Amino acid sequence: MLLGPALGVSALLFAIGVGGVLLRRNAIVIFMCVELMLNAVNLTFVALAQQIGPQGQVIVFFVMAVAAAEAAVGLAIILAVYRHKESVNLQDVNLLRG
Amino acid sequence: MREVVFWGFSGVALAAALLCVTRRSAVASALWLVLTLFSLAGLFVLLDAQFIAAIQVLVYAGAIMVLFLFVIMLLNLGRAGPSDMRGWLGRGVAALLGVGLAVELWVLVRIVRGGGFAAETAAYPLPPGELARVQQAEGAVGMLAEPLFRQYLVPFEITSVLLLAAIVGAVVLAKRKI
Repeated sequence: MLLGPALGVSALLFAIGVGGVLLRRNAIVIFMCVELMLNAVNLTFVALAQQIGPQGQVIVFFVMAVAAAEAAVGLAIILAVYRHKESVNLQDVNLLRG
Repeated sequence: MREVVFWGFSGVALAAALLCVTRRSAVASALWLVLTLFSLAGLFVLLDAQFIAAIQVLVYAGAIMVLFLFVIMLLNLGRAGPSDMRGWLGRGVAALLGVGLAVELWVLVRIVRGGGFAAETAAYPLPPGELARVQQAEGAVGMLAEPLFRQYLVPFEITSVLLLAAIVGAVVLAKRKI
């Protein structure tokens, strides 16, 4: 049974994703780190599906559909911001900072 | 043997994830993330989720990452500019929070493995190897299709509405003039 190691790997992947979101300022890279976190959670679902049943793998489907929708909308937002600011660096997007 | 392959894929996934977070160029980050996603597909195969692994390669490593690379190249962000990492204070905070979260999750995993949730573990209906047997009997797709189109039919339909909304939203956002 690989449940324990799989959960450990997914915990580490999730932590790396969180670190990336906090560390970087490039909006696209931050977005990729969010995808990394979603994938870590997918690994958890698949690992637990071995014990709970195939329902866990069905949830991974839904996570992937939501991730695809999120990627499409998020990248469109990044494109729109880039047209205004000529930059994807989040330091340059500080209109709401006051 | 299974364990060796598992740790091989895990090591590649973790190393590629670290490189993805630390590379300066967005294209390099995206390509390392593709490697992470491929390794995760390998892990899915080892965990008796063959169909999910195929979808992972097709949808994630294929479609979504192509979308990312397309946007990176459309915005001409390919060459490595000055580093976009936060300053040393920000890096310290990020490392602290990341390591703290990893330790917390790791402790949680230890508790689960050590039988801290013994009552819940006993309630798990499937004995070891049962999922592989079901997959052998019903096929990788049939095993997923059964609960997806019976138990989870309403969420499935809602997902299609979500995707439609995302398509319309992306078109509206990306158009210069509506």
